[in-house]
Amino acid sequence: MMRPETEAELAGIVAGAEGPLRIEGGGTRGMVGAEGDALSVAGLSGVVLYEPGALTLVVRAGTPLAEVEAVLAGEGQRLAFEPMDHRRLLGRDGVPTIGGVAAANVSGPRRVQAGACRDAMLGVRFVDGRGRVIRNGGRVMKNVTGYDLVKLMAGSRGTLGVLTELAVKVLPVPEAAAVLVLEGLDPQAAVAAMSAALGSPFEVSAAAHLPEAGETWLRLEGFAASVAYRAGRLGALLDRFGPARVVEAPEEVAAMIRRLRDVEDFADRPGDVWRISVQPSDGPRAAEAVAAEAAIYDWGGGLVWVLVPEGHDIRPALAGLAGHAVRVRGAGPLASPEPAPLAALAARLRAEFDPRGLFNPGAMG
Amino acid sequence: MQMPAPDARVMAKKDHVLRRLMAVLPEDAVIHDPTATRAYECDALTAYRCPPLAAVLPASTAEVAAVLKICHEERVPVVPRGSGTSLAGGALPTADSVILGVARLNEVLEVDYPNRFIRVQAGRTNLSVTGAVEGDGWFYAPDPSSQLACAIAGNIGMNSGGAHCLKYGVTTNNLLGVTLVMMDGTVVEIGGAHLDAAGYDWLGVICGSEGQLGVVTEATLRILPKPEGARPVLMGFDSSEVAGACVADIIRAGVLPVAIEFMDRPCIAATEAFAGAGYPDCEALLIVEVEGCPAEIDEQLALIKRIAEGHRPVALRESGSAEESARIWLGRKSAFGAMGQLGDYMCLDGTIPVSALPEVLRRIGELSAEMGLRVANVFHAGDGNMHPLILFDANAPGDLERCEALGAEILKLCVKAGGCLTGEHGVGVEKRDLMGVQYRPEDLDAQMRVKDVFDPDWLLNPAKVFPLEASAGRRAG
Repeated sequence: MMRPETEAELAGIVAGAEGPLRIEGGGTRGMVGAEGDALSVAGLSGVVLYEPGALTLVVRAGTPLAEVEAVLAGEGQRLAFEPMDHRRLLGRDGVPTIGGVAAANVSGPRRVQAGACRDAMLGVRFVDGRGRVIRNGGRVMKNVTGYDLVKLMAGSRGTLGVLTELAVKVLPVPEAAAVLVLEGLDPQAAVAAMSAALGSPFEVSAAAHLPEAGETWLRLEGFAASVAYRAGRLGALLDRFGPARVVEAPEEVAAMIRRLRDVEDFADRPGDVWRISVQPSDGPRAAEAVAAEAAIYDWGGGLVWVLVPEGHDIRPALAGLAGHAVRVRGAGPLASPEPAPLAALAARLRAEFDPRGLFNPGAMG
Repeated sequence: MQMPAPDARVMAKKDHVLRRLMAVLPEDAVIHDPTATRAYECDALTAYRCPPLAAVLPASTAEVAAVLKICHEERVPVVPRGSGTSLAGGALPTADSVILGVARLNEVLEVDYPNRFIRVQAGRTNLSVTGAVEGDGWFYAPDPSSQLACAIAGNIGMNSGGAHCLKYGVTTNNLLGVTLVMMDGTVVEIGGAHLDAAGYDWLGVICGSEGQLGVVTEATLRILPKPEGARPVLMGFDSSEVAGACVADIIRAGVLPVAIEFMDRPCIAATEAFAGAGYPDCEALLIVEVEGCPAEIDEQLALIKRIAEGHRPVALRESGSAEESARIWLGRKSAFGAMGQLGDYMCLDGTIPVSALPEVLRRIGELSAEMGLRVANVFHAGDGNMHPLILFDANAPGDLERCEALGAEILKLCVKAGGCLTGEHGVGVEKRDLMGVQYRPEDLDAQMRVKDVFDPDWLLNPAKVFPLEASAGRRAG
């Protein structure tokens, strides 16, 4: 495995590469479908600039996620998009890196309120397929200077370039958090309850339904007095869905969100795991269409985690629904195909950014 | 500011191109009479003007596709135009171009509260999107100050912001899907009511591409429930630097106001004379607005006022009623109109890290004195998006040139401070030739490769964003 310590060294390796490269952050997820010589970005590590007063962090791509989170916690801040830790679900070791999170646009339960990883990304540096260092964006929250390649890099799985550094917007950790728990709802009723909650002015920062637990969770965050007030008002608003229990103990709230975020319920069970993105009201239909053995609804019903038998390709069953599916655990096809004109654009884009086809061939399906 | 010479081959076949356009559009949708095309010779950056070859006003995605297909076949450049409110010359025509106006695409197609989106045709104005849902307690968050007139198509092209981005983000953070017509007439659907992409984030790169990658005809936008309430507080300070330091301290303290607006003395004086909002006599003032439930508002404002007290404010006025809130916002909202009363001005749009506000404000004051031109500052301080207004006299020989020189110096200062040339107005033609200040040639080349992919012949919105010498080789093809 190649493990450069500097951006220049990495650029040199890419420029001189003669065959495919498998780009790795911490190797947490195992690059699905990728082949070639392993190129680790883990050596490019450390905080470049942290300005709590400007809510911005500039960090090298190989920096462990845990280190990023610890640095932010030291100043009472955090990554708003709450990235999942894949290790338990995938049964893998490794050290998740911020670059790996960005390259896969990994966003957790708070995505419904605070946006995705891509929304928090302000700037990038990356090495393209010619071995050139490219910069895009910056470290300010409003920036429309030229094209937004930052978004293009988010979720591109290393196929357009090797991320070496990124600037992200961070947010303050609020004083308190609570989870309102509704019980015994079927998926349709749960989505209706979550839609009512997310359509209320009470600033719900996570909305999930766990059918196996028979629970629907609505998280509130903010000043303690505000959380208490909103929990009361939200409970009253959702009265028709039955009585609500409020969980306030910080450790308990954190454990619930970790269980949801990391899809812990599917961790030790056999089968493939897919994530399906649809409009929230289609969530239950999606789970039913793919005959899921088990489902977990996040993002108010818009993100459905499904557990299906090994090797089962769920994509044909979803053909009638707008949205997409991505396999997270198991072998076989990776994601829903794009419409032909977009697939053609994708091929041309890859050819422009990586003309020799070095980066993670196979990683975008 | 230089524009490329019109393509003689296109100019020579004007009548042929017009005949083809008239065959696919209603008669009144093809504007070619020289007096009528004058209406499209510029946008809100009126210093630069050029009548287009023609202007077309298609009323459907199919008509847009038909127009683009013809222009592609005939190698005629196309300039997409929303409402023409660009301050950066983003819709400035070239003499050989066809203006593609989306004004007739103004319908609301679908409102879905359970799934929290609205789907509209892209010519719909920003404010009327909120107008379609506010009766039910919802709103569309991005609120550029031209929101009464500006079109969603233009908002997407420029990735528009507004006063409330600190909490809600800009257009790209609120855009869920688009119908995009590519230059060859191909129609593609990108995104929709679901979140995020399985493949590349096309939506992310289209938003803010200044109409150079395709023409957006429909958009799916995220809508949000209105907060329970909002309350502003007005604070006056002895100096701009102190006000800037107060902003950084507020952000640092972990409160997230929905807006922090800044005005300095020249701007306060002008708006007082114009709107009489009763602002305090001070060097700089901040309007900080928080929103949410009553408990949230009380707690946030208490904390903000404590922070402000540490900076010895000369005035501190919390709103106690809807009337007082309106009065606090009155001056800020009339600031640009008020400045217009003082004479000509140039509005900049550089963004800097909030922590750099005090230093950059001080340096702008020095540059202003050195160049002998007054600068008034009014801007969204919470996100560092500055709008220095350079006052000049367009009739005084040399004044415009000095103003442009000062503007360039201020923008370079923003980049040096860790910021950027433009936070929400876009590059257009106005900042095109300054792109080299922020980006190296290889950075610009990477962006131009994206353009190559979407529009290989470089026909869409020519001569914008990239310095002409940087794009010369590509455009020649």
